[in-house]
Amino acid sequence: MISLNHYLTVAAILFVLGVLGIFINRRNVILMLMAIELILLAVNINLVAFSAYLGDVTGQIMAMFVLTVAAAEAAIGLAILVIFFRRRGSIAVDDANRMHD
Amino acid sequence: MVQLIVFLPLIAAIIAGLFGRWIGKTAAKLITTGSLFAGAAVSWPILLSFITGDYQGGFVEHVMPWINSGDLKVEWALRVDALTAVMLVVVTTVSSLVHLYSWGYMEEDPGQPRFFAYLSLFSFAMLMLVTADSLVQMFFGWEGVGLASYLLIGFWYHKPSANAAALKAFVVNRVGDFGFSLGIFGTFLVFGTVSIPEILDAAPGMSGSTIGFAGMRVDTMTLLCILLFIGAMGKSAQLGLHTWLPDAMEGPTPVSALIHAATMVTAGVFMVCRLSPMFETSEFALNVVTYVGAATAIFAATVGTAQNDIKRVVAYSTCSQLGYMFFAAGVGAYDAAMFHLFTHAFFKALLFLGSGSVIHAMHHEQDMRFYGGLRKQIPFTFWVMLIGTLAITGVGIAGVAGFAGFWSKDAILEAAYANGSTAGGIAFFLGALAALLTSFYSWRLLFLTFFGKPRWAGSEHIQHAVHGHHEMPDEEHGDSAHHAVAAPVGTAGYHPHESPWTMLLPIGLLAVGAVLAGQLFHGVFLESPAFWNGSIAFNEHLAEEMHHVPMWVKLTATFVMLVGLALAWNNYVRRPEAAGAFVRQFPGLHAFVLNKWYFDELYDLVFVRPAMWLGRFFWKRGDEQTVDRFGPHGAAYAVGVGNRVTAALQSGYLYSYAFVMLLGLIGAASWAIWWAR
Repeated sequence: MISLNHYLTVAAILFVLGVLGIFINRRNVILMLMAIELILLAVNINLVAFSAYLGDVTGQIMAMFVLTVAAAEAAIGLAILVIFFRRRGSIAVDDANRMHD
Repeated sequence: MVQLIVFLPLIAAIIAGLFGRWIGKTAAKLITTGSLFAGAAVSWPILLSFITGDYQGGFVEHVMPWINSGDLKVEWALRVDALTAVMLVVVTTVSSLVHLYSWGYMEEDPGQPRFFAYLSLFSFAMLMLVTADSLVQMFFGWEGVGLASYLLIGFWYHKPSANAAALKAFVVNRVGDFGFSLGIFGTFLVFGTVSIPEILDAAPGMSGSTIGFAGMRVDTMTLLCILLFIGAMGKSAQLGLHTWLPDAMEGPTPVSALIHAATMVTAGVFMVCRLSPMFETSEFALNVVTYVGAATAIFAATVGTAQNDIKRVVAYSTCSQLGYMFFAAGVGAYDAAMFHLFTHAFFKALLFLGSGSVIHAMHHEQDMRFYGGLRKQIPFTFWVMLIGTLAITGVGIAGVAGFAGFWSKDAILEAAYANGSTAGGIAFFLGALAALLTSFYSWRLLFLTFFGKPRWAGSEHIQHAVHGHHEMPDEEHGDSAHHAVAAPVGTAGYHPHESPWTMLLPIGLLAVGAVLAGQLFHGVFLESPAFWNGSIAFNEHLAEEMHHVPMWVKLTATFVMLVGLALAWNNYVRRPEAAGAFVRQFPGLHAFVLNKWYFDELYDLVFVRPAMWLGRFFWKRGDEQTVDRFGPHGAAYAVGVGNRVTAALQSGYLYSYAFVMLLGLIGAASWAIWWAR
């Protein structure tokens, strides 16, 4: 029997993977966007799991909203990425430090 | 009328000082000079009215209420009585003539509007001082003339020595002014008013009472008088606080004549005379005044005998004559003190302006060792200087006729003798000795400057004048050999020129004053209680006693004058080498006198060095190493360190900001879960 705890564990693992993907990844901005998707996914799993556990549909509705927002965010993020690449000729994370100067 | 005399110079000073750049120097000079001549034209009739008895007790012109705070009520009022009238005449006459003289003397100076503005400002402050109806108003004028004196001594501000002299005058005067202000505070404390007439009315009633001062019980009136007298000592350059006066000669010569001879330095004498009923209540204070005055007279006269700078001789002479005025006041002869002030203003301004004319002729050379034989070159200056010397040495025939100084100096010596007290006796002998020295150094000045052979060649100033300013030093060297062949020995080929009429006219008028001031006015000043009419404490008994002094007392002044003249003539005309021989015989004495009794060195050791050390200590240790270190500099250092730490946090990488956000989120969440329930 798969219990609530299992779902939460998987979600936590995904969340931590997403966070590490953001912080440890120094190469690629696309990876960063994917890591963000991963974090959102972890949150979705949590929402759906609690929704099923509590018998309340609100959580699942919320998950649908999150998916929508994530799709929009990915679209905007990739668009920015394209522009960024055109201007700088690189999408390496370590190159994107102009705020420092 | 009086407002006109007092405020015209102020208005002129403001116009010339603030707008001199726009109206031009001629307009500025016209306005300032005109305002003083107008003042003089109004002042003389006032004095004459007092002499004829038209004004009697004088009058007070209210200007406006000045300070009204609790018990302290100060009226701004102009008081005119016989004493003030005398001072008005002295101030406006000398000031207007000095203004005119400056037209010629300052002809080539670029800062003329400023100079004339300062002169007029000084005249205003001095007139405020002499018309003061309250001690506070007198203090206003007192500080005003101090300020003007400071500005004018340091007029040539590009000369470091002039700046130093100006500062010295200011600082030394602060010492005296501290005493003066304590005196005013004490007077207000005791009498509850600063109005001079009220104080003088109440003063005899306070005689014999005591007051606590610095942990002791002292006689009230003695304390107040001595504090006020300390103020007078500072302003009038009396022994101990005299060191600023000779240095003040750094200023332009007209300034020396106006401020440091005729008017400002006599403010102390004026103050003692104005407050004479107060001083009369304290025997002790009067003795202090007598001793200080007599000591100054003899001290300055000795120093004057050895100075080489023509202006310094006259400056020490001024110092010495001020000593005469003070001991005259000290023995109770305020009338004689004021009379000497009056005559002295004429002949001392004359001597200063005459010296200025000589300096002008000799191309700013002031050292008498490089003068000589000028009698034929600048005859007018010679004759007026001769009159000035006759006046200061007191030439005259007792009871018949004499130059200005003869009448007043005789009166002072007779009063000192007639007073009968120990202090009076000492003052008489010191005064007679000082008169001998006065005669000696005055004739020495005249002989060194106008007689003998020209010694101009040694002067750098003359060398400059002959060879022009524009040549380079090495070129000049080659030139001088050429000139020396053509010129007579000693003159270096230089031809002194007589000063312009704007300089000669004031000197001439002052010479008239130096001849006639004593002759015309001695009866009024010395023997007419009706003239003074209570404005000074006129001692009729003493005035009567002065007529009955022994014959030898009357003749003393004339006798010592002749001795001084003979000494000077012998040493500087008959046998010019005699002076040098005397110096070689007594080198220690000469050095002691030449170096002004080492007063400056003593003060340097006792006051200046410790003050500099203390200042340095507070600057380095106190300010830089304590206050700055823990205050501004420490704070700046802490900010710098914090800055570097926070700057290191700003990496510019997105992920580090995201990481901080995450930490924040975790922190906030933890707080919400565990602590905020």
